[in-house]
Amino acid sequence: MASTAHEEHGHGHDHGGDHHHHEEHFVSKYIFSQDHKMIGKQFLMTAVFMGVVAMLLSILFRIQLAWPGESSDFLSFFLGEQWAPNGVLKEDMYLGLVTIHGTIMVFFLLTGGLSGTFSNILIPLQLGARDMASGFLNMLSFWFFFASSLIMLGSLFIETGPAMAGWTIYPPLSALPQSISGSGLGMTLWLISMVIFIAGSLIGSLNYIVTVLNLRTKGMTMTRMPLTIWAFFVTAILGVLSFPVLLSAALLLTMDRLAGTSFYLSDIVVGSEMLANHGGSPILYQHLFWFLGHPEVYIVLLPALGLSSEIIATNSRKPIFGYKAMIGSILAIGFLSFIVWGHHMFITGMNPFLGSVFVFTTLLIAIPSAVKVFNYITTLWRGSLVLTPAMLFAIGLVSTFISGGVTGIILADSALDIALHDTYFVVAHFHIVMGMSAVFGMFAGVYHWFPKMFGRMMNTRLGYVHFWITIIGAYGVFFPMHFVGLAGAPRRYYDSTVYNEFDQDTFAMIMDLNVIITIFAIFAALGQLLFLFNFFYSIYRGPKAPQNPWDSTTLEWTTPVEHLHGNWPGALPEVHRWPYDYSKPGSDVDFIPQNVPLAKGEEEH
Amino acid sequence: MEKLIILIVIILGAIALAQLIRVYELSSKLRKSGEHEINNKDNHINGLLMFVFMILSFVGFFYLMLKYGWTGRGSAASTQGEETDWLLNLNFIIILIAYFITNFLLFYFSYKYVRKPGVKAYFYPHNNKLEMIWTIVPAIVLAVIIILGLKSWTKITSPAEADAIRIELFAKQYDWTARYAGLDNELGKYDYKLTTDNNELALITSNTIDSSIAIMGKEILSLTKLLNNRDTILNDSVIVVRRNTLSVKERLFRLVTQIKENHDKKADAAVWDDIIQKDTLYLCKGENYEFNLRARDVLHSAYFPHFRIQMNAVPGMTTRMKLTPNMTTEQMRAEKNNPNFNFVLMCNKICGGAHYKMKMIVVVKDKASYKKWMAQKNKETFKMKYFPAAEETATPKDSLIIKPLI
Repeated sequence: MASTAHEEHGHGHDHGGDHHHHEEHFVSKYIFSQDHKMIGKQFLMTAVFMGVVAMLLSILFRIQLAWPGESSDFLSFFLGEQWAPNGVLKEDMYLGLVTIHGTIMVFFLLTGGLSGTFSNILIPLQLGARDMASGFLNMLSFWFFFASSLIMLGSLFIETGPAMAGWTIYPPLSALPQSISGSGLGMTLWLISMVIFIAGSLIGSLNYIVTVLNLRTKGMTMTRMPLTIWAFFVTAILGVLSFPVLLSAALLLTMDRLAGTSFYLSDIVVGSEMLANHGGSPILYQHLFWFLGHPEVYIVLLPALGLSSEIIATNSRKPIFGYKAMIGSILAIGFLSFIVWGHHMFITGMNPFLGSVFVFTTLLIAIPSAVKVFNYITTLWRGSLVLTPAMLFAIGLVSTFISGGVTGIILADSALDIALHDTYFVVAHFHIVMGMSAVFGMFAGVYHWFPKMFGRMMNTRLGYVHFWITIIGAYGVFFPMHFVGLAGAPRRYYDSTVYNEFDQDTFAMIMDLNVIITIFAIFAALGQLLFLFNFFYSIYRGPKAPQNPWDSTTLEWTTPVEHLHGNWPGALPEVHRWPYDYSKPGSDVDFIPQNVPLAKGEEEH
Repeated sequence: MEKLIILIVIILGAIALAQLIRVYELSSKLRKSGEHEINNKDNHINGLLMFVFMILSFVGFFYLMLKYGWTGRGSAASTQGEETDWLLNLNFIIILIAYFITNFLLFYFSYKYVRKPGVKAYFYPHNNKLEMIWTIVPAIVLAVIIILGLKSWTKITSPAEADAIRIELFAKQYDWTARYAGLDNELGKYDYKLTTDNNELALITSNTIDSSIAIMGKEILSLTKLLNNRDTILNDSVIVVRRNTLSVKERLFRLVTQIKENHDKKADAAVWDDIIQKDTLYLCKGENYEFNLRARDVLHSAYFPHFRIQMNAVPGMTTRMKLTPNMTTEQMRAEKNNPNFNFVLMCNKICGGAHYKMKMIVVVKDKASYKKWMAQKNKETFKMKYFPAAEETATPKDSLIIKPLI
């Protein structure tokens, strides 16, 4: 049935091809486009912009952490007299910066930018489909994302400041404007922005799922799909199942804020004001939040792992090792991600027995993760590696996935989490395993598929410099941060001067490390300018891309370099083999594209 | 002025970069190779850099570990902490082995198997035996980690010993207050609605209820007067806000009168002998403690880095944790070689702008000096400090009369 739908669809487009010369209107081509490639690029541009903002915010608060109380022109330049009087950051704004940095990075850069961009660009192209199942919904999904981005950015500029309760916005702090200035209008905007974001992400995810299930070209069975598609597919399912729970959490919080309900509030005296709310529980919010929050980690990670699987196989000139096991581990990770949320809550006063269950399920995730890592390493083994910038970032991803993953084993162990919870050890852990891995995956994806997106090549040398600055900067920031955490320093502290009152040696150590971390952070941030330059410069002036620059097997490289609506000028390609026929014995070339029929007597892998 | 300089530097940097690119572009045009063709030299250099980076990162890690290691918090100052520190070290050994092996293989392969002319990649799609091995081995290691972890977890979170000393830690923006249970080792009951300036912890006694009722009554009266006063002109939004405030206050007032009706005077005794302690928390080495945690406004977290224990304080519910200090402050000072060192209780859940300042110094004494301190403290009970004029605690005779009535 899927294939008949295809034929009809394809037919319509052949017809459209006859009028190839008619100019599409600027608005329908670049702004309200329903073409998945354009929408993907829109996601990417928006996310890159949001990422730059979030990175800048992090530099601002890193300056405060390294040189607390010292006047900085950089701070007053960006924050002005209101939030950085005399160049010294205000306490409230520190929390605001941390909150918005986290929110933008997790949701707008890594969810929108990674899954949004690459699902859009790659799902139809790698499956051999003309477009997404619904181009209109796809467009809608982007515009929701865009609107929510604007609102989130706007919240930075209001008088009472942006949301300040941390990116997890735990009530009652986020519910009571009396408790912190950011819990007024700033928090309202945060909630509105997230509600719109969730709506957009939901529409997008449903579209991805339907497309993967129904619009695969002839011969593209589920077990012949590239691992990228598997990753996007499972990611979309996770999004559909978990984001609505965040929506409900946000809705209940909004009711508590505006309608006087008591879902999360009970027995509170804030300042000198006694509230009548009784019977709610802040813990309920945490359960709801982390029911999204943990799958969210994998919503961010799986696409990155999918992209790197593809890139590592292509550039090793070898099939990915253990294709079926890779699919199995994606599915296992996806399933387990729903029953581990409690490990964020070991010390909230949750029943200790419940804690034990979450320890067990959480540590189980290490098994499929380990399988993935070993499979990547074995893919490299006896390969013929072509170290493109994309390949370097993909290998970097595996490294950060290991380095951040192993510390997860410590934090998942509830007894050990007691002492490390909410310290910088946690910050270091999740920035490496989720932040760096996903960002590396995103960079790898951009370098690899740039020729497909823009028809031009990015500059390779600049890509190399960018990679080395980024990985050195990233490890330089987050390696030392583990030791700040092991020293016991709590996260979300405006400064650590309080240590001076009880342990001067540890204070000196924390400050030493904080300076090192900030310097590396600035170094890494400056390195990103190279990327931005390379990216935008190459869009306009990069050398023209060949059709299949990386000698890859997947279908997206069989489309013409010049984009056209409907992707393939003639009939849709047919698939005859799995996507990883690299260096297959008995073949003269080192890659056989998926649309090449099996030779006489050739066996499918 | 400085802002201008920052801008100029940024712009100049961008221009310099653009020039660099032009030069590179021209040179690559001369070489006539596309960006997608990675030449062997670039390939080898990056492979080598991978290996160098691995060595540097390993060296960096060892340097940090030797220089900063686990020393920041000193050795664990509680029996709970001793147990988890041992476990932490064991887990660290396991994960470091995994970290070094896998990262080594990853970077070494990236270096070794870089493309060489004439060498074809080895077609190796899968090997079930290998995959079984690296599924089962991590599973076994994890089983060990889980079993040991849960053993400690159950021990640390199990109910406190019957004779454990009860202390309440009360958190609000931005300080901690401790309440010792007094001679009876029983913490008196509380209800947040009784919070007044003289009764910050909202403890329930006949006197605190009465004074709450008096204060609330006064507030309601003055608010009603203000709203009904025809001489003042208020705009609508102010009136709405005041009316809402009034209705909340009236509701709370009714609830407090209910507390009064249900209050058993006999329970006063458990409250009167409690001791409220601010600024510094005194503990005794070797004693078992049970902390009851409470928050007045938002979430807080009681975090004792040196004892390795932590628990959230949640508005509307009581949470608990155990502690058995095994080092006095003096011993820790000697170990850290710092006469100014102190144990500390910090807030570790974001709770507002001054969150980072919210702490309480903790002093662990030996048995003798703790006893001496406690003897002094027993003369500064809640009653003596805040309600010295209150009538004597209910006599046993009173309670005999009340009990049958209920």
